[in-house]
Amino acid sequence: MTWVNSVVQGMLLGGQYALIACGLSLAFGVMRIVNLAHGDLAVCGAYLGLVLSSALGVPVWVTLPLLLPAAFAVGVALQWLLFGRALRRGVLAPVLVTFGLSVMIENLLQVGATSDPRGLNGGSLALASFHLGSLVVSWLFMTAFLTACAVLTCLQLALSRTSWGRKVRATADDLDTARLVGIKVQPVFASVAGVAVATAALAGVFIGTIGTFDPLAGTNTLIFAFEAVVIGGIGSLWGTLAGGLALGVTQVVVGQINQDYAVLAVHLLFLAVLTVRPGGLFTSSHAIREIGAQGAAG
Amino acid sequence: MRPLLEVQGLDVCYGDFQALFGISLTVEGGSALALVGANGAGKTTLLRSIAGAQATSSGLIRHEGTDITSAPPYQRVARGIALVPEGRKLFPSLTVEENIKVGASASASDAWPLTRIYDAFPLVARCRKRRASTLSGGEQQAVAIARALASGPSLLLLDEVSLGLAPRIVGELYQILAQLREAGATLVIVEQDLRRAMSACDSLVCLLEGRVALAAAVAEVSIDQVVAAYFGEVRS
Repeated sequence: MTWVNSVVQGMLLGGQYALIACGLSLAFGVMRIVNLAHGDLAVCGAYLGLVLSSALGVPVWVTLPLLLPAAFAVGVALQWLLFGRALRRGVLAPVLVTFGLSVMIENLLQVGATSDPRGLNGGSLALASFHLGSLVVSWLFMTAFLTACAVLTCLQLALSRTSWGRKVRATADDLDTARLVGIKVQPVFASVAGVAVATAALAGVFIGTIGTFDPLAGTNTLIFAFEAVVIGGIGSLWGTLAGGLALGVTQVVVGQINQDYAVLAVHLLFLAVLTVRPGGLFTSSHAIREIGAQGAAG
Repeated sequence: MRPLLEVQGLDVCYGDFQALFGISLTVEGGSALALVGANGAGKTTLLRSIAGAQATSSGLIRHEGTDITSAPPYQRVARGIALVPEGRKLFPSLTVEENIKVGASASASDAWPLTRIYDAFPLVARCRKRRASTLSGGEQQAVAIARALASGPSLLLLDEVSLGLAPRIVGELYQILAQLREAGATLVIVEQDLRRAMSACDSLVCLLEGRVALAAAVAEVSIDQVVAAYFGEVRS
């Protein structure tokens, strides 16, 4: 029963990893940008939630209707002001720009909010739990998991069913031709960056409610998100969910045996997947070919 | 009446390499122009410049009298200029129907709704639900033309539409182009097959190493003259 419990808890944790990772996956798939500040933007979301919920005196959930549009706007602004310009200057510029942004965010947060660990007010949800057979499941973990699944499902539906999604996928397939057939690619990029930062901020709120966060928490968050994306296969949202689940289950199951090795096991899983299937576990052969072609071209 | 498309003194450079030197040509509404020349003569560069995918160094491009030299591609599509690019360039992860819908992102007119496209291209209608990456070369080319038509263009630029296709398929494609002309479309066709290009078009421009080597009405030149211009041989 302990093992079943570990797997269930691991899957719930993995949902959070997937939620952080989906924005990273989307931004890479469409704009070919690896945003090294993605984890820090998630932490910014947690701090914004802290400010809003303290100011209004309400649980952080109540502030989401303010927080998520604000995060979306930040993503759009970053794309217009920073990422878009960096992308026009070759492969290295976006890496340097997002790394610089990451360092800046961490230091500004330390100046503005001190290095003290913080937690978010999750209201009564934070303490509630329910019984699933003989398992005890936290409502907070379950909510985080269901939210991740809902966000990924909505994103997948939006990508596959809407005119916006068609333009996003066409731009991801072939930027030059997307321009040629009349797609305005800048608004497509801006909307994708907005969605990426909004989902990161939402993940940050769950991180801050389930555990604690501090100004430097973004780096660790980024590593887990990045591993989920790579394990799942770059550019595939369902793969990202599966990658997140694989990370979460590995972490909790190994932690059951020896807590010291839990995080190490996650990184070893990442290394193993990268060695055996560098394209990720769930990548289509087409995507692998494309990545291969880019590697050859670069 | 103003010509539909005017190109004046167009220079295009890729870094230090100059691909086009002072290209000038005009295309009248309703006509078809064949653009011929050896590989590397600058045909694709010229079409991409007209479509807005290639930045120009100097010179002018006018569409219906309006200067569009620095207009972004989506504005040119909205004005009615559509390019069928070399190599088809379909979006591989999208279905055929999605590819065509994306082509209507910045429509100039709704002259070509999906229903009309499917009526005109039974081949495309049959594979509408398939992913573009699973199509044969001929199917891909038909979808690429359908995608360009979806924007309701008045000027259609076609780059190497017959490249790599079986002769029978090429014949079918040129029948479609003939139908488009009857419907009033203006065409600029890049074609390796001189005879086919000359039979499908009213006028011809031959490029040689980035310069216009010959520009004439098809009725007024012999194929020998075109071949001479193609290879840059000095005519006596």
